[in-house]
Amino acid sequence: MSLEVAIRHRLGGMELVADFSASAGVTALFGHSGAGKTTVVGAVAGLVRPDAGRIVLDGEVLFDAEAGTDLPVHRRRFGYVFQDARLFPHMTVRRNLLYGAGGDAGLGRVCDLLGIGGLLSRRPGTLSGGEQARVAIGRALLSQPRMLLMDEPFASLDQARKEEILPYLERLRDEAGIPILYVSHAVEEVARLADTLVVLDSGRVVRAGPAAALFADPGLAPALGPRAAGAVIPGRVEAQHEDGLTEVAVSGGRLLLPRIDAGAGAALRIRIAAQDVMLSLSRPERVSALNILPATIAELHPGQGPGVMVQCRCGEDLILARITRRSAEGLALAPGQSCYAVIKSVAVARGDVGQAQIVPPGRV
Amino acid sequence: MTGWLGPEEWAAVALSLRVAFWATLVSLPLGLWVAMLLARGRFRGREALNVVVHLPLVLPPVVVGYLLLETFSPAAPVGRALASIGVEVAFRWTGAALAAAVMGFPLMVRAIRLAIEAVDPRLEQAAATLGASRVRVFVTITLPLALPGVLAGAVLCFAKAMGEFGATITFVSNIPGETRTLPSAIYAFLQQPGGEGAALRLVVVSVAVAALALVASEALARAMTRRVGS
Repeated sequence: MSLEVAIRHRLGGMELVADFSASAGVTALFGHSGAGKTTVVGAVAGLVRPDAGRIVLDGEVLFDAEAGTDLPVHRRRFGYVFQDARLFPHMTVRRNLLYGAGGDAGLGRVCDLLGIGGLLSRRPGTLSGGEQARVAIGRALLSQPRMLLMDEPFASLDQARKEEILPYLERLRDEAGIPILYVSHAVEEVARLADTLVVLDSGRVVRAGPAAALFADPGLAPALGPRAAGAVIPGRVEAQHEDGLTEVAVSGGRLLLPRIDAGAGAALRIRIAAQDVMLSLSRPERVSALNILPATIAELHPGQGPGVMVQCRCGEDLILARITRRSAEGLALAPGQSCYAVIKSVAVARGDVGQAQIVPPGRV
Repeated sequence: MTGWLGPEEWAAVALSLRVAFWATLVSLPLGLWVAMLLARGRFRGREALNVVVHLPLVLPPVVVGYLLLETFSPAAPVGRALASIGVEVAFRWTGAALAAAVMGFPLMVRAIRLAIEAVDPRLEQAAATLGASRVRVFVTITLPLALPGVLAGAVLCFAKAMGEFGATITFVSNIPGETRTLPSAIYAFLQQPGGEGAALRLVVVSVAVAALALVASEALARAMTRRVGS
């Protein structure tokens, strides 16, 4: 499965130039609002007609401006999950789910996957926002799409509803085996879901590649925004402690994190925000932070302003620390130097930890 | 009812119901299509189509009747062509239905167009991404969601057809049993000495039919809105 997109489109005063490919797993199209993400997905689905370029799915040309090819929306067979669920108000949930399906063969499986079996006879108007979003995902899935397009499916949901649905998306990614093009401006969502990352900024693709590698790249921080920068590392639940902490094994040691509802052995991906990592040259003692991992500095990346992004190797994984330039100079940090990465347990929020059957690719 | 109404009066009521029924039924598919074109179409000449559709609303009905007569009389090319395939409208009840349809058409299209415009096009897009062709999107999404407006349009057209007078009498005259519809009959009775009683009874029937149509359409629209929910 591979989707190749190479399009140009005039968008207000902005020239959108999108050139990337997406294959198996979750490809996240990440960027700030107004970066042109929705237009790109609209073009892939056939809802937007680009000014120029080509869109090819598995060798089938969906759109080619020069050749005049423009396959109509209903023949492209993408499952599109919109920002607003767009359920049909005059149909029951069941009829909504089956609208694009050939029959009701897959209904039970999709209902189980998304936890919507109890809603089948309800009308969309009586569902909560989270339920609507899940039904919309199920409806797209049941249309037997070649690929799922998800355009900020959580945009209109609050944090609690998001937390309610993200695990279903993780299951979808790991169990349904259907490639997903996922649009978002929320870094936690992308960090939890994406295998491949395409970063869009002001209508241009600034970076594209394996998500874990890009998140650990200090040079990408400006495009992500300093607060959004942070590495994503794989881990495994080791034990649940009685004081509400979960012990997680990572390649560089052990982390104690706020309670994660998963059994021992469960695979996780953990986002550690760069701004939540402190560096110390000696092992800090009598300090409240619970997580102290030995690390080696790999790269320092000064940005504009007072900050420096430091990439450290922790075991097999790379993490990022955002510290001030004054600290970096004061400690005379340099590549190759040994240090300790200090991470407060509570800094890793519940939303930063995702369940994963597949270990994120692209360990550098 | 026939006991209360004289045979002549009853004939007029029955004819008007028949004329209005066929006028509404035959214009409905065309009305849906034109309303869809006006609501969702992007083509040159959309404004011109809009004007042509609405002309009967603002033209004097006599003018519409005259134009119909000029177009469909057996002497005119269109009339001749229709006559050659066995369709005759001039001075026939079918002509009355045609006149009623033309006069009711703008009201029908207007109501349906507003209803279609109120349907969220993003739902239609969503249906298309689920593999639905344009026709399927229209039948399963647009039409059901616009149904209250479609019914309202049909009722308006029916009521207008029941009451159409000027274009009908100009086009197909006022022939008892053939083209003497309810309004034509009221007019005719009022011209006869001692016809006031019959005219009054027909007026009562007119008011009753119109009121019933309005009540029915309101009830239907309410039921539809409930069914659509939101």
